[in-house]
Amino acid sequence: MESKSEKYTPSAVSWAEMNTKNKGMRDKRVSLEEAAQIIGSGCHVALGGTQYNRVPIAIVRELIRAGKENLTVSRSLMSFEADFLLVAGVMKTAVTSWLSGAVTYGLSPMVRLYMENNRAKFEEWSNLAMGLRYMAGAMGIPCIPAKVVLGSDIARLVGLKTMECPYTGDKLALIPALNPDVAVIHAQRADKFGNVQIDGMTAMDTDMAKAAKKVIVTVEKIVPNEEIRRTPELTRIPFFCVDAVVEVPYGAFPYDCYGCYEPVHEHFRGYYKGFETAKSPEENTRNYIEKYFMETKSFEDYLALFGVNTIIKYSMVRKS
Amino acid sequence: MNYDPTEIMAVLAARALKDGQVVFAGAGVPIISSLAAQKLHAPSLTLLFEVGAVAPIVEIGRIPSSANESRSAYGSVMFPSTTETLLFCQRGFVDVGFLGGAQIDKYGNLNTSIIGRWDRPKVRMPGSGGANDIASCTNFLVVTWHEKMRFVEKVDFITSPGYLQGGNSRREAGLVGGGPLLVITHLGILGFDPMRKEMVLQAVHPGVDPQEVKANTGWDLMVADDLAVTEPPTQEELDLFRRLDPERRFLKVK
Repeated sequence: MESKSEKYTPSAVSWAEMNTKNKGMRDKRVSLEEAAQIIGSGCHVALGGTQYNRVPIAIVRELIRAGKENLTVSRSLMSFEADFLLVAGVMKTAVTSWLSGAVTYGLSPMVRLYMENNRAKFEEWSNLAMGLRYMAGAMGIPCIPAKVVLGSDIARLVGLKTMECPYTGDKLALIPALNPDVAVIHAQRADKFGNVQIDGMTAMDTDMAKAAKKVIVTVEKIVPNEEIRRTPELTRIPFFCVDAVVEVPYGAFPYDCYGCYEPVHEHFRGYYKGFETAKSPEENTRNYIEKYFMETKSFEDYLALFGVNTIIKYSMVRKS
Repeated sequence: MNYDPTEIMAVLAARALKDGQVVFAGAGVPIISSLAAQKLHAPSLTLLFEVGAVAPIVEIGRIPSSANESRSAYGSVMFPSTTETLLFCQRGFVDVGFLGGAQIDKYGNLNTSIIGRWDRPKVRMPGSGGANDIASCTNFLVVTWHEKMRFVEKVDFITSPGYLQGGNSRREAGLVGGGPLLVITHLGILGFDPMRKEMVLQAVHPGVDPQEVKANTGWDLMVADDLAVTEPPTQEELDLFRRLDPERRFLKVK
């Protein structure tokens, strides 16, 4: 399975690994630093949410501060966090369908610099293919048939295999499973055991959590187990999938967290403006990393850089 | 009537959407044109965003800058996962997709991945996002500027499949439904020859010479025998678009 000739990030589906895991309903609360230690250099980390939605930036900051190296990072769609992970040397391979801010920002100068000069690898899939990769991983099967990616050059770039349906003869794409070593998900709430409730859009997080070997969850609020039991229909990830729970209010700021805060686009526009004035484009991203991630002693210090007014303004959101 | 090229593109895209359809919209012109269509002639047009939002109510003045944030989801009737949402396309529930690209070729294949060599790209673009899925599974509209560097004989990389190599090649690749319907540019509207699946100029905008369109296309473009002239935007349409996007954040003037 871990053959070097694969053009895509392979996955070892292991029934035994999950089956032997301690699945007790125990207190999994840890600090951000402790949670980040679960992620070793060189491993495959999946980030929850999609694009601006619920970027687990508190853990991303820890990974950068801890100087993690050579990670494979997968996500449905990436956004600005990709710039930081590339320039900090954390991410060596991106497995995703989109590597940039949204179209309104244009191309990421950092993605261009790193990918055009082969300083990192972009393993490109379609967004549905990413979802099906996590879904196959969650189902404990090595691949899943689909009717996308066929005929495209994405198929050639990743070495997609196809098959004829044994029942109908239809041509099918076989999308390989993705089982991340660690999934990192930011959600609105969980109890201390890791029963996770996600409000609003769930992206691919439920499948990602089930596919991953370990799961770190950061939440806006840790709530009592009784509160979860009152609204079990809102629980997207059960405790036995989860390994660590960290309470981090504003843990996805300045990105998007449904019902809590909206993305601070003026902040991102400011970051992009920096590309025009910095000595070099890479210098702009390095400055950002220094200021927001390295020089801040705690996540609270990081939040303080945005200022109370900005945090309050972007927290006054529509609730439905 | 005074209007600029982006406005006629957005207006024509809105007109191409019909009442009762489900449209898969991305950021920028697709959102604006879909909202305009709802207000003009298609009140039961349903928007679907890939973040996982069915029939959201987008507030004028609070138009999302991407299809992947809360603003593109408020008021929805359902939040399916991103995977489930894209599977609506594969199942056949989506009538119209909306795509753009840095390159488009004569078979309507789109490139948002790589310009130049794959192993040493001249430009590495953001990639597919959901575009490959939409192109694989829906009848889609392409809205783009009409320039020679964009309209190339063969794209450097097929991110999102049009009619692939023409003829039956799309079906042979296993893509059974969908394909590019119309390409709406700042010069005119292009469709596809039913047999060869090659792009055909069907209409030019008022004041545009078909030779100008050919000159801005990187291959010998077919022109329909019954070449039409598009209906220019009405005052009502222009007023609506200007109300939807007063700061021209989405309908950027080139």
